[in-house]
Formats: sequence, structure tokens, C-alpha cells
Amino acid sequence: MPDYAIKTSGLTVEFGNNIILDNINVEIENGDFVAIVGPNGSGKTTFLKALLSIVKPSSGEIKIFGKELDKIKPGEIGYVPQIKTIDRSFPANSIELVLSGVRNRWLGVKSREDKKLALHALELVGAADYARKQISELSGGQLQRVYLARCFASNPKLLLLDEPATGVDLVCESTINELIEEFNKKRGVTVLMVTHDWTAAYHHTNKVMLLNKQLIYYGNKNEAFTELNLMKTFSHLGHKHKVTFGLKSYE
Amino acid sequence: MSEVFSLAFMQRAMVVGILLGAVGGFLGTFVVQRKISFLGSGLSHAAFGGIAIGIFLGIEPMLLAIPFTLLIAVLMVFLKKKADISADTSIGILFSVAMAIGIIFLALNDNYSADAYSYLFGSILNVSVIDLWVVVTLTLVIAVAGKIHWGRWAYSTFDMELARTSKLPVETDEYVLTLLISLLIVVSIKVVGMLLLGAYLVIPAATARIVSRTFFQMSVLSIVIGAVSSIAGLILSYFVDLPSGAVIILLQAILLLVLLTAKRI
Ligand SMILES: Nc1ncnc2c1ncn2[C@@H]1O[C@H](COP(=O)(O)OP(=O)(O)OP(=O)(O)O)[C@@H](O)[C@H]1O
Ligand SMILES: [Mg+2]
Repeated sequence: MPDYAIKTSGLTVEFGNNIILDNINVEIENGDFVAIVGPNGSGKTTFLKALLSIVKPSSGEIKIFGKELDKIKPGEIGYVPQIKTIDRSFPANSIELVLSGVRNRWLGVKSREDKKLALHALELVGAADYARKQISELSGGQLQRVYLARCFASNPKLLLLDEPATGVDLVCESTINELIEEFNKKRGVTVLMVTHDWTAAYHHTNKVMLLNKQLIYYGNKNEAFTELNLMKTFSHLGHKHKVTFGLKSYE
Repeated sequence: MSEVFSLAFMQRAMVVGILLGAVGGFLGTFVVQRKISFLGSGLSHAAFGGIAIGIFLGIEPMLLAIPFTLLIAVLMVFLKKKADISADTSIGILFSVAMAIGIIFLALNDNYSADAYSYLFGSILNVSVIDLWVVVTLTLVIAVAGKIHWGRWAYSTFDMELARTSKLPVETDEYVLTLLISLLIVVSIKVVGMLLLGAYLVIPAATARIVSRTFFQMSVLSIVIGAVSSIAGLILSYFVDLPSGAVIILLQAILLLVLLTAKRI
């Protein structure tokens, strides 16, 4: 088995005439915990979706665990989508949501084993209390936990998390981050986590990916947040002060 | 009264009513949760165009309406996939053109008013033996396909992207579902009428949604509501001598209102 989990070469994604991801070359090693950082609209979600073959690249190549994407089995990659994209009007409860990731179809009638399996996963993330609640009744943080349970239940080798701590209170956020870290450390699962929270990125991950259409930086977290890198990543915002402030908080 | 039910046409109509209502309730859950109710209204316009051409040429209207509607449905899904801002507009134009063709062919026809009226508002007297067999066949096809694929369809209805990460053929399923909905619309047009078909596809599912906690519950309930309201509406429409489609829709709307109110209280 190759020692990298993800390898992209020349990965380019276009929507219409807009280039969203421009020639991304990156090798992510097995067992890494990567924070993906970049401004709004910089292609973070699109990058994850390309890895999941939800979005089709216009050129370039992606290999995961040394395989072409169509050789990846369902359940090998766990995915927590960005919460604002989730349809909460669908009549479903937490158990069903978890089971969809394990069985790869929607279950109308659930067996006793199915329910036990889902409950176990929900307990793991501290979401057992609302196992039978409808997803429309859950708060943002609760829903994030259910999605995490859904991932964990299918025993993935790679976790792709799109801002898993957004809209989540501080305590809950650190619990979620710890859960993910535990998964990374104890089970050796490779994790890619999109986040706007640099502190979390710094504390929990070991690698950082700075993205703004192009790959600005990939590597060790300690060398990631240099002034030059941050300028390049966030330059179009034109808020130099914010960038400096961000730097200070780590020094 | 009982002799009415021994009339052959009445028996036909009741079988057709129950089956269409059930199938409509089943497919309606996908229409509601995928938020494509414009598709029902739009495709019924297309079907109307096909039927009008059939009437004009003097051949069995359904023979023409089915391929005509399927073609428009495929075009529509294709246009929607292009997902630029103009898709919505082009779909709207497509349906109106189909409808315009229908109106012109009907106007060219001598029996214009009588036929048009029943196709617009639905009539229980419309149901022929051919219709009966078409509906029975369609119900069987949808029942078998639904039994096999419901788990897939429900999953991608909830979240197409998640379903794609589970390696489900969501594109194919979208076409299949749209084609089944189109077929249902063509065969329902005689009983429900073109103008009310959109609502017919949506109200039972929307009603079921109010009191359901899972999509499975919603599906079962929607099937029951669709079947019961259709048969009740058909019978009622015969006795009060009003267009069947309108009576069915009103019954469904009353039930929706009652449940909405009950839930609020
Ligand atoms: N399906 C799509 N069709 C067209 N354009 C798209 C599509 N999805 C994303 N885009 C565009 O691609 C760009 C990058 O979007 P993406 O969602 O990847 O950004 P992001 O980095 O995740 O931003 P955020 O921090 O706001 O979540 C945006 O400009 C967006 O408008
Ligand atoms: Mg995003």
C-alpha cells in the first residue's frame, strides 16, 4: 500500500468559464490530519467534492489510496457536508441518517441490528439523546454530531469534513474536534477538515493546506501561517490588519 | 344507488381511480421532497399538447401523448442539469409551446369544445377499457420498480450528493423517476384533467408530510390519501355531476386543511 492517502496532479475544476480550482498538486500522507484554510469561495468545498467524485474535474488526476476514484468503495470515505447545504425539510430522524451511510440506501423498515448499530455510533459522539428526533428539530451542532456519527459508523479510512464546527458552541466544538482527533490518532484515519478557525487548525491538526483557487501552501502546520502565505491566501480581501492579527495569535 | 356501481364504466373508473391515486401519492412524495412540483404542472401541459394532436389525427390520444410527454420530460431534465439561470426560463417556454400546439390542434378540430372540456377538468366518463389496462400495467411497473429502488430514490431525494458518495446512480434514477411521473401524468389527465394535475401530484404527499416523522411513513400515508381521495372524489363527482378532477382536488385540500389546523392546535 502506498504511503499517501490522497494524491492529486494538475487537478483543475471549472464551472462554466470560471476556474474554481487551478492546477492543484498535493500529496497527503496516510494518517495525516489536515486543516484546509482559505477565504469564502476559494474552492475548499469544491476540493472535497472533487475527492468524493461529486464534482467532475475538467482536467488532472486524483488518486485515493492509490486507486482511481471509481474504484473507491462506498463507506471508504466519510463525508460531513457543510451544514448550510443540508435539506432539513426531509422527514427523517438521526438513526435513519446514520444508517444511510452504512447501508448506502435509505431504510424504510429498520431491523433491530440496524437500530443498535446506529445508536452505538450516536452514543460515540454524544448524540444518543436525540436519536429519534427529526433532523428538522435538531440544532446545528446536534446535526453536525449526527453527521459525524454517520461517518464513524461506516468505518472510513478517510474523513472529509466541511466546517464541522460551524454554528457549534465552544464546548461542543472542542468535543467535536477531540472526537475527530481521537479518530485520527487511535484508528489511523486520515482527516481533511475545512475550517475558518485557525486556533483549532493549529491545536488539532498536523498539516495545513492554504487554498485560494491555487494551492498556496501544503505542509507542516508550523510553517504554514507566515505573513507571505496569509497575504497570498487572503490578499483579495485587502484587510491587512486582520492578517497581522491572525499571525499574532500564534506567536 | 347500488346499480350505479354495477355499471361497467363505473367499475372501470373506480379501479382506475384507486390505482392512479395510489401511484400518484407514491410518486408525489418524491415530487414534494425534491421540490419539483412545477414539473407536474409543466408536464401536464405537454401531455395536453400530445393528446390534442392525437384527437386531431383521429388516433388514440394516449398513443401520441405518451411519447410526446416522455420526450419533453427528458428534454426538461437535460435542461435542468445545465443548471444555469436560463434553465428555468427555457423549461417554462418549452411547456407553453407544447400547450400552444395543443390548443391549435384542438381549435382545428370539430369536436373541440366537448373534448377540450373533459381533458381540462377531467371526467369519469372518459375512462375506456384501454385506459384501464394502461393504468393497471403502469401501476404494476411502478410497484415493482418502487419495491426494488425505493431505498435509492429516497436517499437521493434526501441528498443527491451524499447518495453519489454512496456510489448510487443518481442521474439515471432522476431520469427514471421523471419518466415514471410523466407516464402517470399522461394516464391521469382523463380523470383529473390537465389544469389540476399539478395539485393532484402534490397535495396527498404534502398532507402526509404534515403528520409523518419518516419518509417511509410519508410514503405509505400519501398512497392511502391519494387512493381514498380519488375514489371518494370520483363517486361524489358522479352524483353531483361535476368534473371529477375538481371534486378530488377539493376533497384533498379539505383534508390538508383539517390536518394543518389539527396540528396547530
Ligand atoms: N455547482 C456550482 N456551479 C457553479 N459555481 C459553483 C458551484 N459550486 C461552487 N461554485 C463556485 O465555486 C466557487 C468556490 O466555491 P466553494 O463552495 O468551493 O468555496 P468555499 O471555499 O467552500 O467557500 P465557503 O468558505 O463560503 O464555504 C464559488 O465562487 C462558487 O460560486
Ligand atoms: Mg465551503
